[in-house]
Amino acid sequence: MKKIYVQEEWCLKCRLCEYICAYANSGFKDIAAALKDKPINTRITVEESGRISYAVSCRHCDEPSCVKSCISGALEKVDGVVKIDKDKCVGCFTCVLACPYGAIAAGEDGAAMKCELCVENSGGSPMCVKYCPNRAIILE
Amino acid sequence: MNYVIIGNSAAAVGGIEGIRRVDREGLITIVGEEPYHVYGRPLISYLLEGKTDAERMKYRPGDFYEKNGCELKKGVAAVKIDAKKKTVALENGEVMPYGRLLIATGARPFVPRIRGLEKYEYHTFMTLGDALKLKAKTDAVKNAKVLIFGAGLIGLKCAEAIYKRVSEITVVDMADRVLPSILDAESSALIKAHLESRGIKFLLSADVSPDDFQFDILCVCTGVTPETAVAKDAGLEIGRGIFIDKNSRTGDPYIYAAGDCTESFSAVTGRRGVTPILPNAYIQGETAGINMAGGSAEYDGAMPMNAIGFFGKHILTAGIYEGEEIKRGSFAAASASDLSSVSACTLKKLFVKDGGLKGFIFIDDFKRAGIYTALVRERRDISGLDADALIENAGLNFYPKEFRDEVLKRRESRQGIYAGENLL
Repeated sequence: MKKIYVQEEWCLKCRLCEYICAYANSGFKDIAAALKDKPINTRITVEESGRISYAVSCRHCDEPSCVKSCISGALEKVDGVVKIDKDKCVGCFTCVLACPYGAIAAGEDGAAMKCELCVENSGGSPMCVKYCPNRAIILE
Repeated sequence: MNYVIIGNSAAAVGGIEGIRRVDREGLITIVGEEPYHVYGRPLISYLLEGKTDAERMKYRPGDFYEKNGCELKKGVAAVKIDAKKKTVALENGEVMPYGRLLIATGARPFVPRIRGLEKYEYHTFMTLGDALKLKAKTDAVKNAKVLIFGAGLIGLKCAEAIYKRVSEITVVDMADRVLPSILDAESSALIKAHLESRGIKFLLSADVSPDDFQFDILCVCTGVTPETAVAKDAGLEIGRGIFIDKNSRTGDPYIYAAGDCTESFSAVTGRRGVTPILPNAYIQGETAGINMAGGSAEYDGAMPMNAIGFFGKHILTAGIYEGEEIKRGSFAAASASDLSSVSACTLKKLFVKDGGLKGFIFIDDFKRAGIYTALVRERRDISGLDADALIENAGLNFYPKEFRDEVLKRRESRQGIYAGENLL
């Protein structure tokens, strides 16, 4: 299974990945409808400290703490992708507490949200990778 | 190899999944006292609230046992382990031999001595059975007044669960604050005020009897205690719980234990204790399973951590509350009397000692909380981070650069692939 990797020396801090992520997971076709005057519900976060910046999203760990900690069985790793079954999630956020990379957040719908490599949203393959203008985010 | 697991909750599932990582063949038999498919136990309050249902609260899919080559004996209790003969006796008279045994019996409600309690019918709130009984009771008694003993995690979740089903809830406790096991005085005052704003009444620091109150339904939610009865004569070391090491082994080479029935080393203090939380149960169970099947696994120690919500307010905590406090937030204890303003309050509090993060309490301000959890669990040196940076936004910059590179970077970087395209 391919993974997302991030090269911090190539990151421009443009945060385009955050916007593209929020758009791809919004359910809207129109990017303005998805993003204009709305909270950017991104599953990838650009961190900045001084000159350094890099984007962080789910690592789809071999030993995923979030899956092992989930109280409802809503998290599962399927074919290399850690997925959330939003129907089962009760929004306790134990996964947020367990993820050592800070890659899970509370979603607007009350359930947890995380990167699922765009396998089930309108993207189909990771949109942050596709639209990173300097190829700082790669899928290999 | 033939495996027997006593218990059918998170630790048992961890055990099954752990065994199957190593051994796809050996027969696994699960002896579950409850008559149900495995369910997420903390979900019983969500069930009563109508936020989940019997199907969705299944901890694993309906075909889980079959897919994993397990035989589930449900609704039957194990009564005795004979460690010499390597057998488990069940209440129906059956005697089951085992190659490796996992004790995952969980906990049972702890009911302290309460004056006058013997005169009343009361409810506990730990299992799906308890929840269904309480649901039936609240259906039968309209506009009930409810008295709950215990202002801890179980008591308050019980209160939230039945809130819309009853007319009045009073919570009493000997302790001077709510959720004393996971909150300090300040954060506890916030949560108490939040619950009071919803009309829940509290009587704390109270040594009282049910005789002192008028109520229709009585709930005793004063905590849980490890269920160790079946292990009593097996020659295992039992303190408050069955003692296990970091491989989930007991002193008997053929017997493992995991979850709420155990006592183990804390990842934070290094001391032995009972850590009855679901993630711990699963991880200890999985560790046991891998080792039972001949693999090799060790967990980092039991990590005290809790994520729990009440009426939309989320609490995430971990570790111990010792050392210097670093905090931000809008809550001041003085404002606790103004209940209407409390619901919007947040609190983020870190406890730092000897250059390390020992614990934290986050209320409605918990972005990327797991990074803090990792700092606590891994006892990372944070002396290079100042207080402002630490409380502001958690990030991978809290970790050493080498670790960050290991997490994010492609190891063998191929020349040329990262060159930016010329867009213009």
